[in-house]
Amino acid sequence: MQKHLLLGVEAIAQGALDGGLSGVYAYPGTPSTEITEYIQDSRQAAERNVHRQWSANEKTAYEAALGMSYAGKRALVCMKHVGLNVAADAFINSAITGANGGLILAIADDPSMHSSQNEQDSRFYGDFAMLPILEPANQQEAYDMAYSGFQLSESLGLPVVLRITTRLAHSRAGVLRKEIAAQNSIRLPDDMRQFVLLPGIARRRYNGLLEKQKKLLELSEKSAFNSYEDGADHSLGIVSAGIGYNYVAENFPNRNCPYPVVKISQYPLPVEMLKRLSDECEQLLIFEEGYPFVESKLRSFFSDVPHIRGRLDGTLPRTGELNPDHARRALGLAARPTQPIPALVAARPPAMCQGCGHIDAYLALNEALSEFEKGHVFSDIGCYTLGALPPYEAINSCVDMGASITMAKGAADAGLRPAVAVIGDSTFTHSGITGLLDAVNEHAPITIVISDNESVSMTGGQQSAAQGKIESICRGVGVEPEHIRVLTPLKKNHDEMVRVFREEIAYDGVSVVIPRRDCIQRAARLKKAQKSENSDNK
Amino acid sequence: MKIDIILAGVGGQGILSIATVLGAAVLRENLNLKQAETHGMSQRGGAVVSHLRISSDTVASDLIPEGAADLILSVEPMEALRYLPYLSDNGYVVTNTTPFVNIPDYPAPEQVLAAVNALPRVVALNADEIAKAAGNSRTSNIVMLGAAAPFLQLDFTTLEEGVRSIFARKGDAIVDLNLRALHAGHEFAKNSIRL
Ligand SMILES: Cc1ncc(C[n+]2csc(CCOP(=O)(O)OP(=O)(O)O)c2C)c(N)n1
Repeated sequence: MQKHLLLGVEAIAQGALDGGLSGVYAYPGTPSTEITEYIQDSRQAAERNVHRQWSANEKTAYEAALGMSYAGKRALVCMKHVGLNVAADAFINSAITGANGGLILAIADDPSMHSSQNEQDSRFYGDFAMLPILEPANQQEAYDMAYSGFQLSESLGLPVVLRITTRLAHSRAGVLRKEIAAQNSIRLPDDMRQFVLLPGIARRRYNGLLEKQKKLLELSEKSAFNSYEDGADHSLGIVSAGIGYNYVAENFPNRNCPYPVVKISQYPLPVEMLKRLSDECEQLLIFEEGYPFVESKLRSFFSDVPHIRGRLDGTLPRTGELNPDHARRALGLAARPTQPIPALVAARPPAMCQGCGHIDAYLALNEALSEFEKGHVFSDIGCYTLGALPPYEAINSCVDMGASITMAKGAADAGLRPAVAVIGDSTFTHSGITGLLDAVNEHAPITIVISDNESVSMTGGQQSAAQGKIESICRGVGVEPEHIRVLTPLKKNHDEMVRVFREEIAYDGVSVVIPRRDCIQRAARLKKAQKSENSDNK
Repeated sequence: MKIDIILAGVGGQGILSIATVLGAAVLRENLNLKQAETHGMSQRGGAVVSHLRISSDTVASDLIPEGAADLILSVEPMEALRYLPYLSDNGYVVTNTTPFVNIPDYPAPEQVLAAVNALPRVVALNADEIAKAAGNSRTSNIVMLGAAAPFLQLDFTTLEEGVRSIFARKGDAIVDLNLRALHAGHEFAKNSIRL
């Protein structure tokens, strides 16, 4: 059979498609974005009429996926780890309602914070919601889990969490595909009150969820994704979770690891399997990507085990992603000789592109604010966050999507003048609109800059939900039309922009300034795609 | 066979298309491959790296261990130096000499080149110029792939097939242009190394 070279994220997408997917719902976020992009580009998805448009944010995505599951069809919802904070209300409650058609949450964590504000570990969410978690060790497992995850979800009547981390998300390997399953047809829940979480019903359903926990544990103990590989030397037992397995294996060519290894790729943790390891080995070494989740659980399961080694006792670093060298050191193997990085090598951090409209907006804003002290600009998440760095140093906050407007309002409530918010178009429609409503309702003296590049650029230039709607949204929420100002951020308009910023900063109420110019990367990509389409048609 | 390659460059320089050509070639040879790449924020002009591992056995880790890479293939000279801790004792560095200066504190280019040329096993070439001479400076990536060919333990025809399959969509002229670039890089490397 032919192998397909797929990234971990692509393997999930293809597995879900082959497993009978009817709809993917998502908001972009590294490292999860390409799951949805792959489905959007897939001919198979188009032919099978699979839903594949972006949602406005992770909560709307999760709820739409739950609606598709209610209707009996198979849905996949994808997001990065922090996206689950936004969707958490829907997610936790969906464990109580349960699923009807198969529902998989593909959640991508970013240890080492390559492209994120934190490195939170989504296994805690899965555990908190009491749902089964699948964590692939490789691309084939990512495919297989997405494929079979729908059946697992339907047989349990619960959503299933599929957790990956950056490294697997963006690493490619050969994957074997399975037979394409048919999509489900519409079939409503047998119990018409299953999804009605009134207290009386919710209590019954919560008890049902608790009763299912025994079944989940049984499934983990005999899961093909979990294994106990024995070894002759019982001075050490290794527990590896997800991709951690590979880093251990790397250090034993031909896989001749002398120690017993428990490979975990399905949770809840298979307690019996782990108990056997703990009974038979003098020490345990826990190798997992993310927070010390397994390690903490083991410490509470087996308080009598003398030595559990991992991220908590300093054997492995407490933070950041792991690699085969961490495993090598922890296993006490000699390091290979290495040479250092020459001293002259300079760091090369990401930066805004030359010619980007955000730059022109910041240059004008900085000048308009030059008569005040520093520290008045609340910002948000997107390419424009790079305006925190020299030479601009234009912003003073970046916390979570939408927080620019609400933090500016809170600071204005405290008496800070001026209070400015800088937010992107996609972030505005993701989580900015409700904050704007708060500000308008209280006539808060804040100036909101919606730096509109008509694109979700930081994550690769996806279609923004805001396109063409920003002014009408602001008017609809109640911003006075004369305080909605649209500008074209270009060098030649600098003086005009400075003047408009000054006027609106002086205004004692909510104003919205919209510097609007196409993302230059997206414009170039669209032009290139157009060109190749034209030549294809020739 | 087994070969571990660090592919290095700056976001936007297109190291991923080198990886794609190699991936297509490897699949054709029925070898195993794992290739970890950088997506996300660093693609905004930051340093990007791809770990490419090819083997006749299964590949365990998606990342190459330190001190284990057989080859650093870089489309930018300072980026070649950044990943030296990954290079094995007898590994080779194949790098473009054209600096990509998008940071204020980029070191003096002569010093970067001096550090490159001081490496014991190195092939350094001005891929931009060679690409231009072969038809178009935008094929400098493929020139670099050609220059790496002697170290890849793959048939040269397999690489040619990889280039053909990747660029076929864009028409014969583009395929030919890239094949010329591949050959030009290969010629340079053959003439400059004593293996
Ligand atoms: C809750 C959450 N979801 C997704 C992301 C990932 N993310 C970071 S920036 C960004 C795009 C923001 O787009 P926009 O506001 O239009 O700014 P641009 O990058 O286009 O300048 C996304 C999706 C995140 N950090 N947090």
